[in-house]
Amino acid sequence: MALLWLRFALACYFIGLIYAFFALTRTSDLFSRIALHAASLGMVFHFVSLVELFLSGHVVWTSVHNGESLLAFFSMTFFMIIYAIYQTTSPGVVVFPIVFFLTFVAAIDQQPVLLTAFVQHKGWLIAHIILIFTGYAALVLSFGASLLYLLQERRLKAKKPSSLISFLPALEVIDQIGYRSLLLGFPFMTLGLITGSVVAMSTYGYVDFKDPKILLSILMWAVYMVMVVTRWSSGWRGRRAAVLATCAFVAAIVAWAANYFSTIHRIAAS
Amino acid sequence: MRYQLIGVNHKSAPLEVRERLAIPESRLPDTCRDLTAHPGIEEGMIISTCNRVEVVTHTSNGTADLRGFLHQHFHLKAEDLDPHLYEFREKDAVRHVFRVASSLDSMVVGEAQILGQVKEAYATARAVGSVRGQLDQLFTRAFAVAKRVRSETAVGSSSVSIASVAVELAKKIFGSLQGKNVFIVGAGKMSELAARHLMAHGCATIFVANRTYDRAIGLARKFDGQAIKFDDLYDNCDRADIVITSTGAPHAIFRREHGEQFLARRKNRPMFFIDIAVPRDVSPEMAKLDGIFAYDIDDLQQAVSSHVADRSKEAELAEAIIASEVEKFETRFEARLHTLDVVPTIVSLQDHLETIRQTEIDRVRGRMGPLTPEQELAVEALTRGIINKVMHTPVTTLKTAAREAEATTLIDVVRRLFNLHDKEKGPASQAGNKEKPNKKDVELSN
Repeated sequence: MALLWLRFALACYFIGLIYAFFALTRTSDLFSRIALHAASLGMVFHFVSLVELFLSGHVVWTSVHNGESLLAFFSMTFFMIIYAIYQTTSPGVVVFPIVFFLTFVAAIDQQPVLLTAFVQHKGWLIAHIILIFTGYAALVLSFGASLLYLLQERRLKAKKPSSLISFLPALEVIDQIGYRSLLLGFPFMTLGLITGSVVAMSTYGYVDFKDPKILLSILMWAVYMVMVVTRWSSGWRGRRAAVLATCAFVAAIVAWAANYFSTIHRIAAS
Repeated sequence: MRYQLIGVNHKSAPLEVRERLAIPESRLPDTCRDLTAHPGIEEGMIISTCNRVEVVTHTSNGTADLRGFLHQHFHLKAEDLDPHLYEFREKDAVRHVFRVASSLDSMVVGEAQILGQVKEAYATARAVGSVRGQLDQLFTRAFAVAKRVRSETAVGSSSVSIASVAVELAKKIFGSLQGKNVFIVGAGKMSELAARHLMAHGCATIFVANRTYDRAIGLARKFDGQAIKFDDLYDNCDRADIVITSTGAPHAIFRREHGEQFLARRKNRPMFFIDIAVPRDVSPEMAKLDGIFAYDIDDLQQAVSSHVADRSKEAELAEAIIASEVEKFETRFEARLHTLDVVPTIVSLQDHLETIRQTEIDRVRGRMGPLTPEQELAVEALTRGIINKVMHTPVTTLKTAAREAEATTLIDVVRRLFNLHDKEKGPASQAGNKEKPNKKDVELSN
């Protein structure tokens, strides 16, 4: 049943995806309102799907696909928070496709559970997953904002008033969205990695730093930290910030993909 | 109508070319004198604004070498300049002057500033004596036409000024303008206007730097702002988010290294430069820096182009007014030319009757004895009244007939009736010079 709700959510997010492509070519208040309502409805279905999974009694969050579903939901939550603060749907241009992709993969079918009951500290595990996914979602937003910043910056530099992407909010607003997402995401990501280490320690008694998943996660965290520090100290924006955000985002994707060949995250299958 | 006009504007020439032709206010009188000293040019004036440099002349034969004047005066090669020039003659020149004064040829159609600029150029040229009868008439009419266009169409009312475009752009960069600081470099009218708009949208503090410190203080006081010495400009500029610059400096005053300094001190927070100076104050190299957004006068034109389209309907109406005014001007001009044919006769007639009046008064005065001042005045008024009444019908008839074929016959009849042949060779004959009518001629023709 959870899968069915998720597929309903996917259908709603599809409208958001169409909006994302549409918004790149023209501005339409009507369409942006439709996309917003569709996304909200999608979130309701998505939430129902997640609650049902939780109520099923298993710690199934740890399956890759359920994790993707959770990440998509968190990303949408961030998007909605930003909408509530700044009244702009423009981050949707980046967020909607990512959310759609994540939900799509999650909605194909249910994968076998990766982590099983012999993890001793289930509370820590849940905390780890929620924290890290919140961090990921913030990173998605920050990445999206840095791309939009680049777009808007180029547009203002090109000095063409009737440019295609006129829906974008002011440059400083985009900058604030990116920066706040970055600041918010960093402690979550850090705590998520710490709780992850705690889970690993409690399960195996050690943390294998040679494991690709661990290595890539640390790399991603390092890039994340560099972003925060450079932004804090010298206010990096625009191109340089976008390059860093892209690096962090790529590292995050690779770290995520590492689930498929990590020995630690595959303990359930072993 | 031997009007000739040559020039460049924001449509015909890029900023790089206009920069080279721009004439500072201080050099305008000398340039006007040089212009009238050029062969074939009788009267001339120059309109030099950030969007246009135009030479308007009245020439002796309608074919003066105005291009030659520009090449010579600005030391420019023909191949660099000529592709950007436009030239109008006679009726077309009149139309162009009307369009410019009415702000139909402006970057921002309908903006009111151009009329003031044309009036200033006219006053300067008049002061040095390079504008006299012909251009005087043309521009007096142009100002009246501009007034008519403004009052009869909505072209001006919905005008999008540079200032409001600047505000719009600033909002695209900063979102809200609340708490943003503005720096005015070069205390010009346009900068002041832009600053006023920005303040109205919530900007916090205004800094003003000007080469003449007193002017900076004066302007800063208007906005409750802070005057900065020009030498301290680079140390203080990064305090502002928006910089409006319009100095008369011949070279860019903001260069790449300045931009880098500002950004470093501001931790890369963006800065918006509104560069309304010609030549530009912000170097193109600095404008390339990430975080520096510099809009020069041409960029602002692009930004307003969409608004211009909104007013095309009103502009059409204004163009119709211009067309009818050009026709009227031409008709009046021709009428005036013909009137000038009858003017010598009228003046001769006036002189003739005045002589009779004086002779008669002198003759009678001997018989009457000394008169009191009141009596003198009464006699003067009485005799003048009679003369004027006698003159009225012949003069009106002559002026009306001036446009008709019978004018020559009528002139001949009047001269024979009053025996004016001898008089015409006197002072009145000078009035026959069509190009330089004396004051009396002008009064009569009006």
